[in-house]
Amino acid sequence: MNLTLKIWRQKDSSSKGQMVDYKVTEISEHMSFLEMMDVLNEQLVNSGEEPVAFDHDCREGICGMCSMYINGEAHGPDRGVTTCQLHMRMFKDGDTITIEPFRAAAFPVIKDLVVDRMAFERIQQAGGYISVNTSGNTQDANSIPISKHAADEAMDAATCIGCGACVATCKNSSAMLFVGAKVSQYALLPQGQVEAADRVKNMVAQMDLEGFGNCTNTGACEVECPKGISLDNIARMNRELMKANI
Amino acid sequence: MALDSKVPKGALKDKWTDYKNKINLVNPANKRHIDVIVVGTGLAGGSASATLAELGYNVKAFAYQDSPRRAHSIAAQGGINAAKNYQGDGDSTYRLFYDTVKGGDYRSREANVYRLAEVSTNIIDQCVAQGVPFARDYGGLLDNRSFGGVLVSRTFYAKGQTGQQLLLGAYSAMNRQIARGKIEMFNRHEMLDVVVVDGKARGIIARNLVTGEIERHSAHAVVIASGGYGNVYFLSTNAMGSNVTAAWKIHKKGAYFANPCYTQIHPTCIPRSGDYQSKLTLMSESLRNDGRIWVPKHLDDVKAIREGKKKPTDLSEDERDYYLERRYPAFGNLVPRDVASRAAKERCDAGFGVNATGEAVYLDFAAAIIRYGTEQAKIKNINNPSEAKIKELGKDIVKAKYGNLFQMYEKIVDENPYETPMMIYPAVHYTMGGVWVDYNLMTSIPGCYAIGEANFSDHGANRLGASALMQGLADGYFVLPYTIGDYLADDIRTGKIPTDTPEFDAAEKEVKERIEFLINNNGTHSVDYYHKKLGKIMWDKCGMSRNEKGLKEAMVEIKALREDFWKNVSVPGGLNEMNPELEKAGRVADFIELGELFAKDALTREESCGGHFREESAETDGPQKGEAKRNDKDFAFVSAWEYKGEPADAVLHKEELEFNDIELKQRSYK
Ligand SMILES: Cc1cc2nc3c(=O)[nH]c(=O)nc-3n(C[C@H](O)[C@H](O)[C@H](O)COP(=O)(O)OP(=O)(O)OC[C@H]3O[C@@H](n4cnc5c(N)ncnc54)[C@H](O)[C@@H]3O)c2cc1C
Ligand code: SF4
Ligand code: FES
Repeated sequence: MNLTLKIWRQKDSSSKGQMVDYKVTEISEHMSFLEMMDVLNEQLVNSGEEPVAFDHDCREGICGMCSMYINGEAHGPDRGVTTCQLHMRMFKDGDTITIEPFRAAAFPVIKDLVVDRMAFERIQQAGGYISVNTSGNTQDANSIPISKHAADEAMDAATCIGCGACVATCKNSSAMLFVGAKVSQYALLPQGQVEAADRVKNMVAQMDLEGFGNCTNTGACEVECPKGISLDNIARMNRELMKANI
Repeated sequence: MALDSKVPKGALKDKWTDYKNKINLVNPANKRHIDVIVVGTGLAGGSASATLAELGYNVKAFAYQDSPRRAHSIAAQGGINAAKNYQGDGDSTYRLFYDTVKGGDYRSREANVYRLAEVSTNIIDQCVAQGVPFARDYGGLLDNRSFGGVLVSRTFYAKGQTGQQLLLGAYSAMNRQIARGKIEMFNRHEMLDVVVVDGKARGIIARNLVTGEIERHSAHAVVIASGGYGNVYFLSTNAMGSNVTAAWKIHKKGAYFANPCYTQIHPTCIPRSGDYQSKLTLMSESLRNDGRIWVPKHLDDVKAIREGKKKPTDLSEDERDYYLERRYPAFGNLVPRDVASRAAKERCDAGFGVNATGEAVYLDFAAAIIRYGTEQAKIKNINNPSEAKIKELGKDIVKAKYGNLFQMYEKIVDENPYETPMMIYPAVHYTMGGVWVDYNLMTSIPGCYAIGEANFSDHGANRLGASALMQGLADGYFVLPYTIGDYLADDIRTGKIPTDTPEFDAAEKEVKERIEFLINNNGTHSVDYYHKKLGKIMWDKCGMSRNEKGLKEAMVEIKALREDFWKNVSVPGGLNEMNPELEKAGRVADFIELGELFAKDALTREESCGGHFREESAETDGPQKGEAKRNDKDFAFVSAWEYKGEPADAVLHKEELEFNDIELKQRSYK
């Protein structure tokens, strides 16, 4: 198929950006979206132009690097996938596709479609861990049984890939789904209990400091989250926060 | 320099304990004055960084991604081995050690492997304490699954995302130390050289990938944890950015590179669909527990299927060739990875490949669906269930076991694997070869260490499933923190290493000249053009089976490609900015050099072992006819290559392998 691409180009964080139109031809429906971008970039390099910078690495939906806002949706029109897992069969010959970076005040653009997600790192550093040193003498892994249900629920929360689609999608640029997922993982496990109160307080304080907005329960994040992280995690975080504050 | 593996004396099972009792320690107050650089934050580098920082060292960690959590360890699906024997099925340290040495086709170092098996159990304890949500049974205890070619259930897993959960565990431990200021994290930085001062590794030169700035970083020791080099084939299951650069740079500065030709080609990956393909996706090995592998028996059926005139489900049982079950009745579909991959290639080379490219075989779950469905009907007391009911019940079980993989397959291929067999083909997946290290995990540059997939140490010529995660975490959490202390004990009075020295000047100059050359070359071909060409030579001539003629040609062709690259490569953009094409150019330049050494190594090893199959070294008659033939008399050694300016001029050093606790046997899966 033949497509028109409208892509956000921005030289660096201090320059102003703009949308630029490109054409690509003979795109196969079996290509992934990023392979289509590879075709465009090869075309640009061969004509001596600068290719479009975008983040990507694993190309199988797990590293959380890729982050494109496609036709007004984080990770594009398909559900439950990242940008790298999106396939061109979702589009038709002659389509015009708009491609922007994930936008949020807390995610400044570095170049073209690449954004800075260090705010997520700092939130994790504020409390996203259990304070246990490495030694050969921690207790045996089976000494505390954990119900299968709790373990499975903790696992579901832990599958967040830290991509930031929830923030990019939210009209308030809230990071509650991301933070809620991490808080929940530990809240559901006995190992996480000791530091539970400090963890939730510190992570939420850092989240506010970074300039993420508030949650007004529109639920757009859950819809766009490639890993199906559920809104229950936000509710659990709010409960944890209340518990911590009394 | 003579190769000294520094394996401690004494009985195998006491070596590590005795070693730990005798090494030098650094007291906590002195650790504060010692800096360690860790390049890479995957399972190996992440666990090492966190542990070294907990001990009190000042750690500087580097990753090319924007967060430590995004290292390619994140993509590991299946699981991690540990000799816990929770299932009571006879597992033990010795048995894990034995399976690993045998699986590696007797080309690994006994003492290292035994230590790995010994610390494997600590890994699971540590990860659970960190909050890693491993799968559990209904009693609340940890669940296990069984993995490729072993007789016990020792694999721990977290759904199909074990690597992700283990990495997030190490990442959380890192975050705690980053918050305390004990780890300084350099995201979006790429190491471009090591700096050697008075014969010791004392720092690195790195490029800030956001600003393009070239930076100097000093330390008392440098740890390379930069992962594997499977992308030398262009297409592999590795991440797009996975590279050999860090390992190759230290090789050029004196670290020997061991067994580069040992590559694991994984049998169950989604086949290539066209020339635009950028990477290959793995379908976990666990699928072979229930899937049956086949191709049509007759070429007319192959033709009809390729032309869309027939569907695989139209073929009756006796029109199908379940070639693994036919050739290997004892292990059937569960033969080790290298054997399964070669058998698929053999059928496809004979013209039986079932997709348009001719490079695909079927992995069929129909029988498993019926088997599980019948069982469920019995459990649920359904008498005379209809076939539809059986299928429905069976599909539920298959979905519970492999749902996420089936969904991944459907998203990529756009076919429903519950209704029609999956198509699979082997793909490059893991590199057993890597930087040579001694028992301390130190390379042949003093003070420079290599851990995780980047080193060569534990898997011999073939790695067993679920053992790479184990090795990465063993190295980082439980081995390196001891061995590096023994070395650093001599550095307590050294003081900070200055970066304004001639050694740093020279290394920085070299790095700058190289990238300036690339930017200013204004050639005619893109970096990918060269990477794809290299990949094709590697796949055709250094792939699943190798022969003398092909390997000699590969060496000539790769050298010519290198000359062409440096004349005609085109890298757009500038130096002092984010420039992904420049990053790729540097990596591909290193891959081209490695590729030549790889071919030379494969040429030198005139035996078949593990993932390295030399056509000249196969059984010629008897029941094993056509199978790989190892040659222990002449080749029971590690090939460690010393850099001499041109890959083709590299000098071979042999580390002879001694087996005192295991008897060498030919592998047989018939
Ligand atoms: C799809 C897939 C599935 C797998 N499944 C399993 C499994 O189920 N079980 C199992 O045991 N093994 C599995 N493996 C293998 C296993 O995942 C890897 O061998 C292992 O995770 C490697 O870990 P590592 O820490 O050595 O390297 P990686 O995780 O690859 O980390 C490399 C690090 O080095 C950094 N880096 C690289 N070069 C540079 C540079 N020049 N400068 C700065 N930083 C650099 C990167 O940023 C990254 O942080 C799988 C592998 C793949 C690809
Ligand atoms: S919650 Fe979902 S959308 Fe948000 S960062 Fe995690 S995976 Fe991405
Ligand atoms: S590139 Fe890793 S999730 Fe998309």
